[in-house]
Amino acid sequence: MMDTFAALAHGMAVAVQPMNLLYALIGVFLGTAVGVLPGIGPALTVALLLPVTYKLDPGGSLIMFAGIYYGGMYGGSTTAILINTPGESASMATALEGNKMAKAGRGGPALATSAIGSFVAGTIATIGLAFLAPWLVDFAVRFGPEDYFALMCVAFVTVSATFGDSPIRGLTSLFIGLTLGLVGIDKLTGQARLALGVPELLDGVEVTTLAVGLFAVGEALYVASRRHHTEEKLEPVRGSLWMTKEDWKRSWKPWLRGTMFGFPIGALPAGGAEIPTFLSYSTEKRLTEHPEEFGKGAIEGVAGPEAANNASAAGTLVPLLTLGLPTSATAAMMLAGFQQYGLNPGPLLFAERPDLVWGLIASLFIANAMLLVLNLPLVGLWVRLLAIPQPWLYAGILVFATMGTIAAKPSVVELSMLAGFGVLGFLMRRFDFPIAPVVVGLILGPIAESQLRRALAISLGDPMTLLQSPISATLLGIALVALLAPFVLKGMGRFKANED
Amino acid sequence: MISGDPVQTQRRVDRAGLVIAAVLAALAAVLVWDARGLQSSAMYGMGPEAMPVVVATGLALLAIGNFIDALRGNLPARESADPVPVVLILVGLALLIAIIGFGGGFILATSALFVTTSAAFGRRAVLVDSIIAVVMSTLIYLAFDRLLTLSLPAGPLERLL
Repeated sequence: MMDTFAALAHGMAVAVQPMNLLYALIGVFLGTAVGVLPGIGPALTVALLLPVTYKLDPGGSLIMFAGIYYGGMYGGSTTAILINTPGESASMATALEGNKMAKAGRGGPALATSAIGSFVAGTIATIGLAFLAPWLVDFAVRFGPEDYFALMCVAFVTVSATFGDSPIRGLTSLFIGLTLGLVGIDKLTGQARLALGVPELLDGVEVTTLAVGLFAVGEALYVASRRHHTEEKLEPVRGSLWMTKEDWKRSWKPWLRGTMFGFPIGALPAGGAEIPTFLSYSTEKRLTEHPEEFGKGAIEGVAGPEAANNASAAGTLVPLLTLGLPTSATAAMMLAGFQQYGLNPGPLLFAERPDLVWGLIASLFIANAMLLVLNLPLVGLWVRLLAIPQPWLYAGILVFATMGTIAAKPSVVELSMLAGFGVLGFLMRRFDFPIAPVVVGLILGPIAESQLRRALAISLGDPMTLLQSPISATLLGIALVALLAPFVLKGMGRFKANED
Repeated sequence: MISGDPVQTQRRVDRAGLVIAAVLAALAAVLVWDARGLQSSAMYGMGPEAMPVVVATGLALLAIGNFIDALRGNLPARESADPVPVVLILVGLALLIAIIGFGGGFILATSALFVTTSAAFGRRAVLVDSIIAVVMSTLIYLAFDRLLTLSLPAGPLERLL
């Protein structure tokens, strides 16, 4: 307990250095500016802004990342409220009531409750992260390679199969990601796998190239292909920005309840902020004293899911920082950010670079506070960004997206891969395959393989080692249940439908 | 799926779904073919060829799963898509790659992408967009190349700056 306070105080000392404060401010500003653009979620915000941090030292860059992460989330909810295009599924619940509020001329209070709720939730959840992380790290140092492998199996299954619409399509996405993860030189034997004779492929597939291709190029292609279907409408922010006493009274409980849903679910390697946001939405709908307002713009329906979304974002940092386990596309991008400095999050990083880890955690508090101060006064600026005509907006997004790749590796092969992943992202959107499992598969697949090979090398090739460790056996059991559950439930649903 | 819906009861084979299944099966075959060329030097445990075979097995099973879904017409409904803007953006990307490949530099390459994308989203003012594109990518070039010292590929325009 005292150790945590000491470590956090040390982290604060790192984070409040003037340069680091400036990095956090730039991160928050850029994150919000990019995140507010329609169709751009936090994962893509982080991927697009990675090149900006290339030349910084690791500490400064991670602090800027923290700002970008939270800024991207704030920006996303602003978009969800004002034009009803949630950049990601986690903002869908916010858009439900938030956009109705904006249409009814209550856009200001909707933005305010979302901003303040995110601050409250983010702060509580970051405290949770600070106290849970050292405890988990103590636990994780006992993990052997077989336990890590089993843990990654849990993440694979929950991210792709358990919570999506179709386990088959989710697993298909995951295996596409795993296939991409195989490309390149095998680290243990130095042999090239799936390089197909192309020298550029020996280094493997770059996570940022994949993410930017799937999210940015894919999204642009998809929106362009169905431009004739929908016309987005930007709701102007009319009336007061401030919440009335009544609004406060109706908001504070949903904020806290949303946090309670968001943080634990985010911290479990279960992935995704969708579940807590929708749980929070349905809870608020049930508990509200104004049920007649739901569907027409109830402030509880914005306050709760927004808090849940932010709390779960901080929650996903728990497995990311303590175990090196990304459970969402955004967390996978953060991991890529660590890897560009050769840093591997996990128990070792806490021991070796406490300044870095705790500086990052402390920066989360600072970024959160900065956002609260920045977001509401600057809302006029963000609204103006939203009003950029669609052709220029997407043209600009694509220029920025390709710039990241051009800056990292200006080769024809790399850019062709970016375009190819864009087409893949377009097709996956069109045929309703989830995208996040591809990114998680690419980044976790090679790690899972090397852990498994290490475990088998230690056990002299005996696969029973996976079941002899109690941790690993339990985790593999959980993974199996999580894999089979959706199929069993679906079968039961069909049985029931036949009964009717 | 609501079983009472008349459209849903009339399930048809989904051709796109069949193509997806075929592509997954082909991918599995490529993985196995590639893995056969690898030498297992590990004394015990698994060599480099094990994981590709595992992934290929998974892909093959998923190909079957997708095939069954396609036969049953279980894929989610799709809205019509307009191919013209998609092709336009892809042309823009191809132009960008060609210009970078032939040393035309960052500004020309990204400007070409900007103008084609903007046209794909319905703009017809090519000249105005071209000017905007060149000004914007010049500013990006200056900001990133000079201020952040990232090296972006230089062509004839960049050498004038």
